[in-house]
Amino acid sequence: MWEESFKNNGGLYTPGSIIIPTNEKTDSLSEDTSHGAEGTPHKFDQEASTSRHPDKIQRRLAQNREAARKSRLRKKAYVQQLETSRLKLIHLEQELDRARQQGFYVGNGVESSALGFSDNMSSGIVAFEMEYGHWVEEQNRQICELRTVLHGHVSDIELRSLVENAMKHYFQLFRMKSTAAKIDVFYVMSGMWKTSAERFFLWIGGFRPSELLKVLLPHFDPLTDQQLLDVCNLKQSCQQAEDALSQGMEKLQHTLAESVAAGRLGEGSYTPQMTCAMERLEALVSFVNQADHLRHETLQQMHRILTTRQAARGLLALGEYFQRLRALSSSWAARQREPT
Amino acid sequence: MDRVMRMSSEKGVVIFTKSSCCLCYAVQILFRDLRVQPTIHEIDNDPDCREIEKALLRLGCSTAVPAVFVGGKLIGSTNEVMSLHLSGSLVPLIKPYQSILY
Repeated sequence: MWEESFKNNGGLYTPGSIIIPTNEKTDSLSEDTSHGAEGTPHKFDQEASTSRHPDKIQRRLAQNREAARKSRLRKKAYVQQLETSRLKLIHLEQELDRARQQGFYVGNGVESSALGFSDNMSSGIVAFEMEYGHWVEEQNRQICELRTVLHGHVSDIELRSLVENAMKHYFQLFRMKSTAAKIDVFYVMSGMWKTSAERFFLWIGGFRPSELLKVLLPHFDPLTDQQLLDVCNLKQSCQQAEDALSQGMEKLQHTLAESVAAGRLGEGSYTPQMTCAMERLEALVSFVNQADHLRHETLQQMHRILTTRQAARGLLALGEYFQRLRALSSSWAARQREPT
Repeated sequence: MDRVMRMSSEKGVVIFTKSSCCLCYAVQILFRDLRVQPTIHEIDNDPDCREIEKALLRLGCSTAVPAVFVGGKLIGSTNEVMSLHLSGSLVPLIKPYQSILY
């Protein structure tokens, strides 16, 4: 009982002055204190019993020392935890500041809270946003490198490793998103980590694979006849796969709406339909993963069809496209904030 | 499982689905776009539903539904179908079963 309230105080105490009952014998003493059952003063009782049992004093003193020691350790641990959290907060706020400077549109309650992030964001999502910040930094570095290298003379071998790295980098993002989707699928579906202009083009938590092909195609000239055929086929199959997933999503939305709307009006509790609705939401995670799988395969197929040099030009074009969207977002946000 | 073997070796494209599964619906839409009329086995109202699911997983399907078979051979689930289609390998497999109409 005493231990519990002590923990809740978070270690606010003065050492040596608390008697914490740790076994049955001393428990009876504390009961005397609270109830005064025998009608005799507690202090008198204490003196009476200890004068007859000197080893009892020793034992009690030892227990007190032990308890006090444990309390000090707990307080130390708690303070260390606070220190670590404080440092983490400072680091996060710095990251957010840096992100804003880079043109990230950090919105939706993230700016409004004094701490810099909403209480509703789980630590997993906060971790994802931090990781994404690093991902963009690496992306920008890779784009710079590709640009420099393509303007000069570069061996196919060196170019191939740059292309491989760029591909792996995209695949890493899909893995990150998959983890985040398990934590908060709505966050991923809504593309919350993206800038506003990127979100405008959102399709199931990311870019449209067919859009990707449209952006890249002009940069591949000249294409061989076989390549042209392959690219045409890829465009068509990509569009078909996208349409199929889109229709599946529509059905999911429809069935979810149905299970939310089901039931009679005036019913206070929503529980009966809740399980059904929750099952629908589980399916949403699968859809997000399928959409990313489609993006993954589209990139993979492009890589197969193109020469190394063409792939490098394509990846540069893709990277620059997203960079421009991000820059557009921050320009637009700045314009909106200007007084008219 | 016998029933699964029998159902999956039916001619053409066979898909095991559940009525509540929207990814199953997406896969059906894809085959329809490819001018194929797949045979659909909706297993959620089947008394042997659990057994069928287990059998499909044992056969090597990544998720029990949708499970796509072409000419008696297991193609896989949504992931596999998408990969095959984007690599251009799906159409040659289903060519014998494509309707010529449009």
